Amino acid sequence: MATLVDKSKVPWWVSNLIVPLINLILALFVSGLFIFIAGENPIQAVKLIIYGSFGYIEGFAYTLYYTTNFIFTGLAFAVAFHCRLFNIGGEGQAYLGGLGVFLVAFHLGFLPLPIVWLLAIAGSALFGAAWAFIPAYLQAYRGSHVVITTIMFNFIASALMVYLLVDVIRDTNQMGPQTASVAKELWFPMFKDIAQFFGIKIRYSPLNISFFLAIIVSFLVWFLIWRTKWGYEMRAVGHNTRAAVYAGISPNRNIIIAMLISGALAGMLGVNEILGVHHRVIVNFPAGYGFTGIAVALMGRNHPIGIFLGAFLFGILYQGGSEVTFDMPNISRYMFVAVQGVIILFSGALENLFRPQIESFFVKRLNEEKVV
Amino acid sequence: MEFMSDIVSLLSATLRISTPLIFAAMAGLFAERSGVIDFGLEGKMLAAAFVAATGAYFLGSPWFGLILAIVCCVSLSLLHGFASVTHKGDQVVSCVAINILMIGLTTALAAAWFGEEGLTPTLNDDQRFFEINLPFADALRPIPILGTIYSDIISGHYIFVYIAYILVPIVYWVVFKTSFGLRLRAVGENPSAVDTAGIGVYATRYKALMINGVLVAFAGAYLSTAINANFFREMSAGRGYLALAALIFGKWHPKTALLACLLFGFTDALQIRLQGVELPIIGVIPVQFIQAIPYVLTVVLLAGFVGKAIAPRAIGQPYIKEG
Repeated sequence: MATLVDKSKVPWWVSNLIVPLINLILALFVSGLFIFIAGENPIQAVKLIIYGSFGYIEGFAYTLYYTTNFIFTGLAFAVAFHCRLFNIGGEGQAYLGGLGVFLVAFHLGFLPLPIVWLLAIAGSALFGAAWAFIPAYLQAYRGSHVVITTIMFNFIASALMVYLLVDVIRDTNQMGPQTASVAKELWFPMFKDIAQFFGIKIRYSPLNISFFLAIIVSFLVWFLIWRTKWGYEMRAVGHNTRAAVYAGISPNRNIIIAMLISGALAGMLGVNEILGVHHRVIVNFPAGYGFTGIAVALMGRNHPIGIFLGAFLFGILYQGGSEVTFDMPNISRYMFVAVQGVIILFSGALENLFRPQIESFFVKRLNEEKVV
Repeated sequence: MEFMSDIVSLLSATLRISTPLIFAAMAGLFAERSGVIDFGLEGKMLAAAFVAATGAYFLGSPWFGLILAIVCCVSLSLLHGFASVTHKGDQVVSCVAINILMIGLTTALAAAWFGEEGLTPTLNDDQRFFEINLPFADALRPIPILGTIYSDIISGHYIFVYIAYILVPIVYWVVFKTSFGLRLRAVGENPSAVDTAGIGVYATRYKALMINGVLVAFAGAYLSTAINANFFREMSAGRGYLALAALIFGKWHPKTALLACLLFGFTDALQIRLQGVELPIIGVIPVQFIQAIPYVLTVVLLAGFVGKAIAPRAIGQPYIKEG
């Protein structure tokens, strides 16, 4: 067992950059082993991932489109996690959030443009938050573990949405269970149109101005968590509930606030998917983005900057991954779900695996330099 | 008489559907009684289902599949222990990692080895388990009520079903009547006191996790080599979480957890029966709502409308030795 080092002597960049980076490298190495077991060459797969996500402008735009989704769901998980809550219901909250966006855009579409957009964003947040409310309430007042209730609410959301799409809000002119399209004037401007304005030609990419929304929201989350009383209270409850109570902070109230904000953030995934990409609600549009948010947040150490980097990395893995699944018959997109699991394992559960060794290594080195 | 036969098939289905929940709940009981949270039942069940079906397919016998599934689940439990007991990582994060990893890896490997759909090949008669007719089942059937109960409800299940119901009293005995059980419970309630008494906290937790792995493997193997004849994507369908909910609702006690599993099993059996059936007054309930019943029931039960559950006191906390 390595000797524990004095935390205050460890430079911030060792614990917040070097250690996470080494954990990430370990995770990617194990993922490479899985690709090898599946019968493909991991190095070739890495090349394909890099080409697919950076090699051409459409690919890069796709990477940023996925990044947008992961920023929302990563922030969602992180906000709840600061209050020590595991909101793994991002999937269901995003699903309902999409419904909120659609209902606003479809029924209030007659309002002037920026107002409809703002209302649609509010709708996504409201519906996402509402779907997180019951698990939050039950955790706070009945002690039902939020992991189980949020997972159950994912199943229930899926059943509810299929019911709504099949029987209630379905566009009967369409073959599959999906709603009618939102009026074209309300669609979010696409990156490819903006690029064309500057003379850059892009064939297709779902990237749209939601990306900027994600950046703005990241800043707001940073402000909320580290610069407001709400954020302080949430972190206090997460850090040490008993001490928080002693300081006059209500854990129950903060559990509910944290979960509502978390649900709202997950719901905003619907803005990107509905106003930006599909322009209607389709079955299972959250497609696992909610779960990926967990890995993104843990990798990014629940800080908006880290989450941006984590989201970008997963954007690369998703977009590059589709290149891999296209070229390598033995790799399915589920391989990248497994990669998420490995990253959660090494960046989350096993984050202390080599931390003592790495920290003491750097502390010793730095001390030696000082002596010299 | 159609009503009677409905009841009989409903009860028989209840026993069948409760079985994986019972294995998983008993597995969870060992882990959680020792103070280690186990949300990873879902992922382990899925892993066991995949490994059992693949093993049975390649090795020609479902028993080999079961053995491989046990090896796999014990390894995953030890991984959970390595992360959360030895390295004091967050137990819930470790479980979530195992679940997501297994959702991905099982389907990814099935797709790599057996083709794009992510299914394992359908097992033939030698490679899977079969229903067992208990002795005298046919002879006793004519006896009113008792004969029906024995021949049509109790008889004619897979061996897993019988193992599951024998398992529950054994678990009770181990946990409440043996010295190992006493240590197990003490480690979950007050690890530092146990440590003072010279009993290894880590060793006890690791033993509990190994038992946990063995038991949950049965749940997974049952899904893919008994009631189904192959593995398919996410076939555990939340059963790991339902089992955990049953355990919590059953207050971490084998008997009450069994009753909770039966309740879930019955609800699920009823849910399957009710699909598309026209009910008096309400009419046909949309199938999506019926399918959501077990999940809604889980939330309702966990909300503790029947009394608040009190977890083992040291649950979820890594034990840090002093000095």
